[in-house]
Amino acid sequence: MKLKETFMNTFQSMLKSQFKWPLIILFFIMFFNLIFTPNFFDISVKDGHFFGSLIDILNRATPVIIMAIGMTLVIGTGGIDISVGSVMAISSATAGYLITKGEYSMAAIIFVPVIIASLFGLWNGILVSVFGVQPIVVTLILLVAGRGVAELITDGQILVFERPAFEFIGNGFLFGLPFPVTIFVVLGLFVYFVTRRGALGLFIEAVGGNAISSRYAGINDRVVKIIVYVFSAFCAGISGLIATANIKAADPHSCGLGLELDAILAVAIGGTLLDGGKFSVKGTVIGAIIMQSLTTTILMRGIPVQATLIVKSIVVVIVCLLQSENFRIIMKKLFSRRPAGA
Amino acid sequence: MENTTPILSVKKLSKSFPGVKALTGVDFSLRAGEVHALMGENGAGKSTLIKVITGVYKHDNGEIFLEGNSINPSSVRHSQELGISTVYQEVNLVPMLSVAENIFLGRNPSKSGIIHWRKINKKAQDAVKKLGLDIDVTMQLASYPIAIQQLVAIARALDLSAKVLILDEPTSSLDNDEVKILFNVMKKLKKEGMAILFVSHFIDQIYEISDRITVLRNGELIGEYETEKLSRIDLVSKMMGKELIEVEKSKSYSENTNSESGKNVFMSMKDVYKKGYITLPELKLNKGEVLGFAGLLGSGRSELAKLIFGIETPSKGEIEINGKKISVSSPRKAIANGMSFCPEDRKTSGIVEGLTVRENMILSIQAKKGWLKPIPRKTAEKLADEYIKMLNISTPHREQKIKNLSGGNQQKVIIARSLALNPDLLILDEPTRGIDVGAKAEILKLILSLSKKGMSIIFISSELAEIVKCAARVVVLRDKKKVTELTNDNVREEVIMKAIAEGSI
Repeated sequence: MKLKETFMNTFQSMLKSQFKWPLIILFFIMFFNLIFTPNFFDISVKDGHFFGSLIDILNRATPVIIMAIGMTLVIGTGGIDISVGSVMAISSATAGYLITKGEYSMAAIIFVPVIIASLFGLWNGILVSVFGVQPIVVTLILLVAGRGVAELITDGQILVFERPAFEFIGNGFLFGLPFPVTIFVVLGLFVYFVTRRGALGLFIEAVGGNAISSRYAGINDRVVKIIVYVFSAFCAGISGLIATANIKAADPHSCGLGLELDAILAVAIGGTLLDGGKFSVKGTVIGAIIMQSLTTTILMRGIPVQATLIVKSIVVVIVCLLQSENFRIIMKKLFSRRPAGA
Repeated sequence: MENTTPILSVKKLSKSFPGVKALTGVDFSLRAGEVHALMGENGAGKSTLIKVITGVYKHDNGEIFLEGNSINPSSVRHSQELGISTVYQEVNLVPMLSVAENIFLGRNPSKSGIIHWRKINKKAQDAVKKLGLDIDVTMQLASYPIAIQQLVAIARALDLSAKVLILDEPTSSLDNDEVKILFNVMKKLKKEGMAILFVSHFIDQIYEISDRITVLRNGELIGEYETEKLSRIDLVSKMMGKELIEVEKSKSYSENTNSESGKNVFMSMKDVYKKGYITLPELKLNKGEVLGFAGLLGSGRSELAKLIFGIETPSKGEIEINGKKISVSSPRKAIANGMSFCPEDRKTSGIVEGLTVRENMILSIQAKKGWLKPIPRKTAEKLADEYIKMLNISTPHREQKIKNLSGGNQQKVIIARSLALNPDLLILDEPTRGIDVGAKAEILKLILSLSKKGMSIIFISSELAEIVKCAARVVVLRDKKKVTELTNDNVREEVIMKAIAEGSI
């Protein structure tokens, strides 16, 4: 009884939240798995570490979640950053280079790639805010050039390495959870507090909503824009480290390839409008988890892997439709007409 | 005259929004060949009524009849097809397209999918010519001043084969000559049998052009009157629901402020110049003084305000505040120097539409504090509630999105944003534009009470009566130059007008 009650309570509060539709979709994916996928909800403990599909989903979703968190802020200002996949590759290549080409300390191996990634973000930010070039053009340039930079760093090679301390970033465990999960939780909480408890969120939304009004109100809109692009690249840099540590290799050709689209989709599914002016970090995290749950479900259900993209797209379309005001009005009309006709 | 059947009529129309009843059982009728003024204060339901008629909103109850047939416009396009064309308060065109493209937007005359540019441009040229405008229709709309853009919007509406033309505050950004052109066009259309619904806050204009007046208040119909038989005082009292109107009574507030009393100078400017923007040999502003900027649209009055506030930087010249030389290169620095600015165009440079009333209010003060020192939620809520009460802002609650407020209330929120900074200098560029009589009077009173408390205020308005009421000293601008400065006895409408017209007194 009690279980049922708490279940209903959570469900009801879920229906009221602004992430209603993403949460409902996530719920349905989970419900589907509860019934059709054996062992989906099993969590086992091995050597004090948790294992299971749910943990696996979080772990695998991490690179996209982290990038999507940065992307959320950029989109909040009315911009977009499609260079994150390439920035991820640059970070990966730099880390690979430092590990294989010399005796560098762990601190250098972690910080240098992230700093270099952030510098590329600074480049994006300055072009967008100071020179007023359109965000999609600016980041498209880096999308193309960035992968070239990554390939230059590794000289076109895939750098394979053994460095247990570094591998911990991708494969280690902290408090029983995979270390990447810890990273995204800490980063997510950090962003949440800075934007929602601090005033940065208000500034981002004000600049995204109306940059001129914001400037007249005394907000330094240029700096706000530069901050979000730097932060987005910083996030991509961290994702690059995780991905590199995970496969113990820096592959400039495929690291982060196409992930910018996943990150943007996660933001969109999470209910952040691409127009800017409003954003939700929580929604984005839910969005990224939906996408990974789908992938994992498809793999575990034995649905042909080739169909993954199609199934994903269908779910994305459904979530976006559910969040569209117009769609709901049209559906309402369709359904209200029926009783009238009968 | 009385027996002409209405071309457009509305019966028992109701519409509510969450938390607001915008219209309750409103009747309204518009006859062919008349100019019918729709009057009411902010939030009276004028805009809602127009939006229901034009299919932007769906009404909850009641009926709309066009030429005797019940209609139910489902979109702006639908209402246009029915013959109802509208020009809204704010120009709703695409600035990056040419004038001709804007006029024919969405209905390009084409033959087998090919657009006939020459035909379009020719037709567009004819359409603007009808309004007495001589402009190049192939130029980008944005390259023309707002006033011209407004006329283009009207040209577009006229070209949509309208039986009913709705003009929602078309004159709020036009200067006198342009208003004359518009009125001539309206008179011509009236003769041709067009039914025109006209909304304006300029009472003089209403009396100049309209045949009939319908007054709304708080979403309810107060009555329909023939313009000739309704005195101005009666009209205003019907709109405000008060018998006595302070606005008309108190002849001059300016006795309260005295340019001589405040001897200590707050700001002084010398030889300020920016090419094609402003030429200002000298300007002084005292503490606690209301300084008026008068001039026509494009005379340099807004330009000067923007320059003082650091939105534009002068190519040479000196600005001193409290005797200290400063360089104001951005609004942020201006705010740090104790200034605050309420811009002329509140939609594009004042409000942030997607944010709430509270968020819009705290924006400046939060920006001043920086992002690391957030204003606690409780403090922000208290501040918002205080200003909502103090400025009499009508909003269901402080968490309402500002875009859902009427123009006058949005303006008050922007003023509250500035006041929250507790500035030494408040620059108000057309704070009363497009808002109702009651709110105007409130804003004028506020200006005077603030100046009494020692705040310096720069007040820009195209309504000279307002400037005369508030300002003890008036700077007159013309062709981007300061032409003269009027003080004391010379602060009179006719003197200002003469200075604007002739460049001196």
